[in-house]
Amino acid sequence: MTVGLTHFLVLAAIIFSLGFYTVITRTNAVGVLMGVELILNAANLNFVAFARYGAVQNVTVGQVFPIFGIMIAAAEAAVGLAIVLAIFQNWGSIDTQRTTSLRQ
Amino acid sequence: MLESLLSNVPISFHVFMLFATVTVAGAAGVAFARNIVYSAFALLAAFAGVVGLFAFMSADFLAVVQLMVYVGGILVLILFAVMLTNRITDTQRSNPSMHVPMGLAMLTLVTTTLIAAVAGHDWPTKPTPPYAPTTALIGDALLGPYLLPFEVAGILLLAALLAAVVVARKEIKDEDDA
Repeated sequence: MTVGLTHFLVLAAIIFSLGFYTVITRTNAVGVLMGVELILNAANLNFVAFARYGAVQNVTVGQVFPIFGIMIAAAEAAVGLAIVLAIFQNWGSIDTQRTTSLRQ
Repeated sequence: MLESLLSNVPISFHVFMLFATVTVAGAAGVAFARNIVYSAFALLAAFAGVVGLFAFMSADFLAVVQLMVYVGGILVLILFAVMLTNRITDTQRSNPSMHVPMGLAMLTLVTTTLIAAVAGHDWPTKPTPPYAPTTALIGDALLGPYLLPFEVAGILLLAALLAAVVVARKEIKDEDDA
């Protein structure tokens, strides 16, 4: 059994699901951001898998898009963690169930 | 038994399973660990597994970019944030989860839906190309057809840098102003 496209797609689906679970259940805001990074990694894995094993084997598209994905994930992680730090400086806690002052 | 394991499947399958196991174990650690620091180090394992998977798929430049940016940049940033926002004096569990049964139900639902959609479909494939370096191809693409997204991504990173500095600094309130 050689490794094919389906193996990578199933693996990326599992990583996506675990990242999704992390986003919806974590109360720590940094934990939620970790889940978002897992989701982005799963998407990048899909791109590269299709670039290698799919029908249109276009390396310049299948590997350039994950590079942009990594760049955007880095920018988003920086800004997201800056916001988490600002929340911690103002509230003393980053528990998503305690920082609820906008909730009615 | 070792001979049967090595003769029925090629060695590349075992290499893939090793990287895949490391990645999934890391992702599971991020999702289910009780301590936020354990989650951060499990995320390190997940990123390292993805580095191996990229190298397995002949994406050599992307693997090194993933290592340098995700492990060396984003993970260090996450660890800083964890250490700066974690009260070490807390005696409680430092990373509780909310709505765990509903979360597990959603997890199984999403996993089964995605795997059914992906594995049940007959994907059109071509024979796997041999391993080849990709750095020159990606460089030509980034400075050729994809020059505009490349430059815009640079501006985005500059904006994110400025935003992070402005948002995270402490405001020094003047006592003189009313």
